[in-house]
Amino acid sequence: MQKHSKAAHIMKRLNFKKHHALYIIALPAVLLLFVFSYIPMFGLVMAFQDLNIAKGIFGSEFISLKNFEFLFSTTDAWVITRNTVSYNVIFILLNMFLAVLLSILLNELHSKILAKTLQTIFIMPHFLSMTIVSIIVFSLLSVNSGYLNRLLMALGYDKVNWYMEPKYWPFILVAVNTWKGVGYQAVVYLASISNISDEYYEVAVIEGASKLKQAWYITLPHLKAIISIMLILSVGGIFRADFGLFYTVPQDSGALYPVTDVIDTYIYRSLTTLNNAGMATAAGLYQSIVGFILVLISNKVVSRISPENAVF
Amino acid sequence: MAAERNFNQISCGWNVFISVIMILVSLLIVLPLILVVIISFTSPESIVANGYSFFPSEFSLAAYKNLAKTGTQIINSYKVTIFYSLVGTFLSLFIMSMFAYVLAQKRFPIRRFLTIYTFITMLFSGGLVPSYMLNVRYLHLDDTIWVLILPGLVNAFHVIILRTFIQTSIPDSLFEAAIIDGATDYAIYFKIVLPLSKAGLATIGLFGLVARWNNWFTGMLYIDNPKLVPLQTLLQKIQRNIEFIKMNAEIADTAGGLELLRSMPTESTRMAITVIATVPILFAYPFFQRYFIKGLTIGSVKG
Repeated sequence: MQKHSKAAHIMKRLNFKKHHALYIIALPAVLLLFVFSYIPMFGLVMAFQDLNIAKGIFGSEFISLKNFEFLFSTTDAWVITRNTVSYNVIFILLNMFLAVLLSILLNELHSKILAKTLQTIFIMPHFLSMTIVSIIVFSLLSVNSGYLNRLLMALGYDKVNWYMEPKYWPFILVAVNTWKGVGYQAVVYLASISNISDEYYEVAVIEGASKLKQAWYITLPHLKAIISIMLILSVGGIFRADFGLFYTVPQDSGALYPVTDVIDTYIYRSLTTLNNAGMATAAGLYQSIVGFILVLISNKVVSRISPENAVF
Repeated sequence: MAAERNFNQISCGWNVFISVIMILVSLLIVLPLILVVIISFTSPESIVANGYSFFPSEFSLAAYKNLAKTGTQIINSYKVTIFYSLVGTFLSLFIMSMFAYVLAQKRFPIRRFLTIYTFITMLFSGGLVPSYMLNVRYLHLDDTIWVLILPGLVNAFHVIILRTFIQTSIPDSLFEAAIIDGATDYAIYFKIVLPLSKAGLATIGLFGLVARWNNWFTGMLYIDNPKLVPLQTLLQKIQRNIEFIKMNAEIADTAGGLELLRSMPTESTRMAITVIATVPILFAYPFFQRYFIKGLTIGSVKG
C-alpha cells in the first residue's frame, strides 16, 4: 500500500501526461548516453576479471585484485604515471603562460588586419589531426631526408637518429603540443580581453598607468575567471594524455617508450598487442578514479579561492 | 572614441617590435605546413639527392598524378570520411539540440536529474576497454560505418553549451507565450528553438565536423574492411607501414621487402595525401571563423 502510493506519487511528479512530448524529445540523447557512456562504466568490473574478449564480460572469471597487483608490481605503472602527469603539468603551465602573453600582445597591435591575420594563422594547427601533425614532424625529423638533419649536416654536424634517441623527446613533445595548442588558447583569451570595457583602461590612462601596469591590474584580473575554468578542466584531465600526440608523433617507436609511454598508450598496447584486456581495464579504472578525484579537488580549491568561478 | 583609443596605444616603436615578433611566431607555426606542401610538389629524384627542402632543385606534379592514377583506395576513403562526417554531425546536432531544448525548460520535472545525468559523463568514463568490448562483442559495430557515427553522437560538453546558449538567447516568456497559444513541444522546437539557435548550432556543428574529419583512432581500432577505412586512418596506416619496413632492415633487405617498399606510395605522394586530407578543413575554417570565436565565448559560460 505504502509502496503503491509512493509509485503513484512519483508518476504524478513525472507528469508524463502533460510533458510526454518533452520526454520523447529527450529520449534519443538519454538512450545514447546510457548505452555509450553508462554501460561502459558498469563494464569496469572487467578490471577484476581474467578478461577474455571472446568469452565476454559474463563468461570471464573473477580474479579479485590480480590485475592491479600485476600492473603495480612492475615499474610500468610508475613510469606511465610519471610521464602522463609531468608532461601534462608542463603543457598546462607553459601553454597558459604563452597564450596569455600572445593574447595581450595581439590585442596591442595597431593594425587590426594584421591582428586578424595572425589570429587565423595561430589557430590553424588546432584544426589538424594528430596523424597530419605526425607527418609534419616526420618531415622535420626523418633520418635521411628530414629537414633538421639536412640542416645539421649543412652546418657540419652528424645526423641524429631522432626516432631512436629518447633524450630529445621530452622537448620535441612539448614543442609539438605548444605548436598545436597555444594559438587556440590565445584566441580564447583574446575573446575575453575584447569583452573588457574600455572605461577601465581610460581611467588607467588618466591615472597615468603604464601598459605593464594596465596588463597586471586590469587585463589579468579580468582573465581570472576564464583562466580558472580552463585550469579546472585541464587539471581534471591531468591523468588523461593526448593519445595521438604520444602514440603517433613518435611513430610508436619502441626505443622511445621510456619517455613517450603514457597511461593511454599503455592501455592501448595492453589491449591490442599484449592482449591483456583485464590489465588494460585495470589501468583504465585507475586513470578514471584518480582523474575524477582530481576534478573534485581542483573544483574545491577554486571554489575556496573564488566561489563564483567554480564549475559546479 | 577613436581619440581615446589612440591615447592608450603603444608607441610606434613598440608596435613595430611586437609586430615583428608576432610575425616570427606565425612563421614558426606556418612554415612546417608549407614544408609539407612543398615536399608534395618535389620530384622523387630531388628528395633522394637533397632530402626535404623549402627550395627543391626540381618541382614535379608526379605525386598528384600518381594519386589520381592509383588512388581508388584514397578516393574511397575520402568518400567514407565525407559521408560519416556529414551524417554524424547532422544527426548529432539534431539529437543534442532536442535534448538541450528539454534541459532548458524550467517546467520539465526531471530537468535537474537529466542535467546531472549528462554532466557525470564528463567527469567519469568507462574508458577504452569496456567501450571496445561493448562495441565489438555485444553491439557488433566493428567493421561497420555505424561505429564511426553512433558512439560519438551525444557529447555532454556540447549539450551543456547548447543548453546554456538556448537559455541565454531565447527568453522564457517566448516559450510561455507559445504554450499559451497551444503550440506543442515539437512545434516549439522546430519553429522557435532551431531558428533562434543558429549561431550556437553552427559553432557546435563546426566543432563536431572537425573532430569527425580528423578522427583516425576509431578507424584504427575498429575498421579492417578497406571499403570503410576513413581518410585519416588510411594516412596513419600508410605512414606506419613504411616506417615499420624501413626500421626493420631485415625485411627491407629481402626481395619481398623491397617489392613491398616499391609498391608503397613515395614520400612525395604521402605528403600529397596529407595535403588533400588537410585542405578541406583549413579552407572551411575561415568561413566559420566568426562562429568559431563566438563559440569560444559561449563555451566559457559556465554550465
